[in-house]
Amino acid sequence: MKNRLSAKRRAYGTILKGFILLCAGITVMLLAILIGFIFYRGLGNITWELLTTARSALKNTIGILPNILYTLYIILTTLVIALPVGIGAAIYLNEYAANKRFVRVIEFATETLTGIPSIIYGLVGYLFFCQKLGLGSSILAGSLTLVIMTLPTIVRTTQEALKTVPDSYREGAVALGATKWYMIRTIILPSSLDGVVGGAILSIGRIVGESAALIFTAGTGYALVTHYLQALGTSGGSLSVALYVYAFEQGEFDVGFAIASILIIIVLIINFMTKFVKRKLKKV
Amino acid sequence: MKIKAVMEKTMSCLFFICGMVTIAAVITISVYMVLSGIPAIKEVGLSEFLLGQVWKSTAAEPQFGILPFILTSVYGTLGACLIGVPVGIMTAVFLAKIASTRVAATVNTAVELLAGIPSVVYGLIGMIVLVPAIMQLFQLKNGTSLLAAIIVLAVMILPSIISVSRTALMAVPKEYEEASYALGATKMETIFKVSIPAAKSGIAAGIVLGIGRAIGEAMAVMMVAGNVANMPGLFKSVTFLTTAIAKEMSYASGLQKQALYSIALVLFIFIMIINVILNAVLKRGDKR
Repeated sequence: MKNRLSAKRRAYGTILKGFILLCAGITVMLLAILIGFIFYRGLGNITWELLTTARSALKNTIGILPNILYTLYIILTTLVIALPVGIGAAIYLNEYAANKRFVRVIEFATETLTGIPSIIYGLVGYLFFCQKLGLGSSILAGSLTLVIMTLPTIVRTTQEALKTVPDSYREGAVALGATKWYMIRTIILPSSLDGVVGGAILSIGRIVGESAALIFTAGTGYALVTHYLQALGTSGGSLSVALYVYAFEQGEFDVGFAIASILIIIVLIINFMTKFVKRKLKKV
Repeated sequence: MKIKAVMEKTMSCLFFICGMVTIAAVITISVYMVLSGIPAIKEVGLSEFLLGQVWKSTAAEPQFGILPFILTSVYGTLGACLIGVPVGIMTAVFLAKIASTRVAATVNTAVELLAGIPSVVYGLIGMIVLVPAIMQLFQLKNGTSLLAAIIVLAVMILPSIISVSRTALMAVPKEYEEASYALGATKMETIFKVSIPAAKSGIAAGIVLGIGRAIGEAMAVMMVAGNVANMPGLFKSVTFLTTAIAKEMSYASGLQKQALYSIALVLFIFIMIINVILNAVLKRGDKR
């Protein structure tokens, strides 16, 4: 078959195929080199001292325990607010809203929110939460900013999950005399749980990687405040922000690579978890 | 029974409120952007602000011209697309049409991981590897440049382009390709003359999404671009719209700070335009 093709057509095929393989190769190599290089430079710099102490000017040591803690606090605070609101909005859109026009407006709103760069979230968060509401640069202000940022993701993934629940479930529940809320609570939400969890994991990924939206709202603080409620009011840098500050502003590249390694490990775990949830979702 | 009815009402109200909060968030952001962005533009003058070539926000007689930032953002994004779009689309073609299921799954994981890597990590690699490499390769005094930013951005927009294009390519009806094979076309001819044209609105959406990401990226660019308010040049140290805000935000005050809000407004308008284009592209794709 192939022999009958003209030389020109054969060359066309070979060249293009080569180009495609080259590009796919570049993409994979990029990832391999990136992760390899970060682990090579970073893993060795992750020491017990780095993980378990705060930065001390006195001893001239750097520790990222506060940053780890603040990252967790920010994730927790953001999800505690964003999950209920996001899930509620998704339920409203999918189960209650009768006005299709209104649904489209909200969907347009969430889509628009996804496209806005994080630096703009940071700026508005700073103007609104830090200045207007007087929260100052604090974990709480940072978390509230991230709530606005992660809402669209949560709304959308929950909506997708709700859409996969067959209508026959709804009809069956209503036919048995269930009220709407009872039906949502006992039928709809449990069967879309995987999607909700997926959305939450995605949001955690975004929060962990976020820097531009946090640097002006949550600040760059590194003093250790372990009490959760106290920490809400203090300025605290998440791991990503700490990476930026140490590497770019202070030239502490070893610490930067150590944090980068930790971040990559977190990304790997999150990726694995998303896959796991997706697989479960397919089975249901 | 009455409690049940009350409960029903409360819950439906609650869900409605959740929906409204989402809308309120968009409105708050838009209103704040516009309201806080206008004063400085009024003070400086719109044409002076948009077309002025000099940004000296801290001088005794400050000048607020953001043309260098706008052009840098535009050039930087175009440059990133020039590298990222071909590589991205070809990788998508590989994933959707050439690779076996198993290979495709592996490469796909790689793409997802690329998307998940935080931007500061890209910035760090850029600082440590790319900037010195550019310095040596082109015999520059300093490697922080538009070129470094373009390369970093090109890598960062890859995942969006790949995943959206791949979905579009996979959605091309099998019949199109089978008809092409039946007419005697080779696999490559089919891909480039049938599959890609058929998926072009989806691919375009991926590119627009990538453009949006590139124009909005702040921290990674900040770490490699040098952040001097030069008019753009490939080997010059430059400032993007995003980095102009990030750089001075922490210490700015008065008119300088207001000017930063105005830059954010310009960036916001850029993103809105991109969003509208994206929606139009997707809608046109749906119609067909």
